[in-house]
Amino acid sequence: MSLKLYMHYISINIRSVMQYKTSFLFTAIGQFLISFQVFLGIFFMFQRFSNVKGFTYSEVLLCFSIMLLEFSIAEMYARGFDQFSGMVRQGTFDRILVRPQNEILQVLGSKFELTRIGRMLQAIIMFIYGISKSEINWTVSKIFTVFFMLIGGTALFTGLFLIYAALCFFTLEGLEFMNVFTDGAKEYGKYPIGIYGKRMLQFTTFVIPYALVQYYPLLYLLGRKTNIFYVFLPLLATLFLIPCYLLWKWGVYRYQSSGS
Amino acid sequence: MITMEHVCKSYKIAKRNAGFGEACKALFHRKYEKIYALNDITFTIQDGEMVGYIGPNGAGKSSTIKILSGILTPDSGNCFVDGRIPYKSRIEHVRQIGVVFGQRSQLWWDVPVIDSFELLKDIYSISPSMYHTNLEELTDLLNLGELLRSPARQLSLGQRMRCEIAASLLHNPKILFLDEPTIGLDAVSKLAVRDFIHKQNQIHKTTVILTTHDMQDIEALTKRIILIGKGKILMDGTLEDIRKGNKNIDETVAELYRTYDI
Repeated sequence: MSLKLYMHYISINIRSVMQYKTSFLFTAIGQFLISFQVFLGIFFMFQRFSNVKGFTYSEVLLCFSIMLLEFSIAEMYARGFDQFSGMVRQGTFDRILVRPQNEILQVLGSKFELTRIGRMLQAIIMFIYGISKSEINWTVSKIFTVFFMLIGGTALFTGLFLIYAALCFFTLEGLEFMNVFTDGAKEYGKYPIGIYGKRMLQFTTFVIPYALVQYYPLLYLLGRKTNIFYVFLPLLATLFLIPCYLLWKWGVYRYQSSGS
Repeated sequence: MITMEHVCKSYKIAKRNAGFGEACKALFHRKYEKIYALNDITFTIQDGEMVGYIGPNGAGKSSTIKILSGILTPDSGNCFVDGRIPYKSRIEHVRQIGVVFGQRSQLWWDVPVIDSFELLKDIYSISPSMYHTNLEELTDLLNLGELLRSPARQLSLGQRMRCEIAASLLHNPKILFLDEPTIGLDAVSKLAVRDFIHKQNQIHKTTVILTTHDMQDIEALTKRIILIGKGKILMDGTLEDIRKGNKNIDETVAELYRTYDI
């Protein structure tokens, strides 16, 4: 039932976007080019250095493309959270509260950012290139690993967007520093997190679990770790959604009691 | 039936003096002032009644509507709507109410109005037969016809308001909250909206609670008026109660505001 409703939301979003075809096209192309520029950055760096802490060009590309794909999927469907500060300030959230449906479903439905398809396309091209060059011996468990990485990573970014939205209940403004964790993660996530040192790895394992969806499963993909445990690590990252959801619930509660 | 018993609601408002220096100071040490938006509000509204809820800006009208529609939790006091506590059983409660915020649209800007209606049908899980009956009736009474096929952004304010009202009634709510439904409308649209609200109340016995600054709305629609000022109910009676002689309704109300110093 909720899924059907959500599909209806997506369809109405797409119909809205199609009213402005040119704008849509250019934004999508823009999204493609922005990520392309990051790709060029990696490309030129590897022209000078053959590897970064033991990771080759194609391996880094594979890592980056998966992260980018996760990020663009999350941004596509969870864009409503990103615009949430506006909803709180303009009182649109009141309208959501007078409807008999889950608030999160309605916020997600309020905006489906189809233009991120440009970024996604970029990610897919890089992904295919990375795979064809990285000489991975594909096995069933490795295919599952990629699949789980996508699920875990998308969940992780969704969680971060959810935190970003929940904080609006407390500040009314969107907090730009949160972008360190979302856009930032996409940026430094282009390299396997292990290269940033031990502290960073601990932080991204236990606090905000990027490493669970990126570094560890990547090691498994590249055959540097063989323990089957690594395949399922990305799924563990979905647990991150629980504290995010609780923060959101607390925010809604506060909104209903403070009225601002 | 709607009951409010000794409902209080206060807000904390951050205060600071003008100037850049003061703004910097406020970053670290913020002074809050507590203001009472609602202070011991008590009233009862029967099923099928039409009530005008009036008062100057900032008197507490929106806070009352927000509490009754389940958006806001009061600090103290009891509030029951048909036996439900709105802010406790929000989802169940909002199925039975319709809310029109005059200043804020609930229609999707870029798609035909009918698409927004179809979405509402899914949001409220309205059965196809009920949806068709209601849509037909509303189209007829509000004269929507061709409007349904235009995107909301291309409608005039009056046309849009008619669509907004229809959107709030598709699910057959028992209670309708109208927050300044005629704000900014031209004479023809105002009359059309008033006429419709009146009919809706007659045909479906919908309870209507209307907040407005337009005293003609009140005069045309409601027998009962609740006057609120500074968070307190100052008067609860009929139009005739407050009107002295043949004075113009606006003057009567202005005089009332002055007597209560609000």
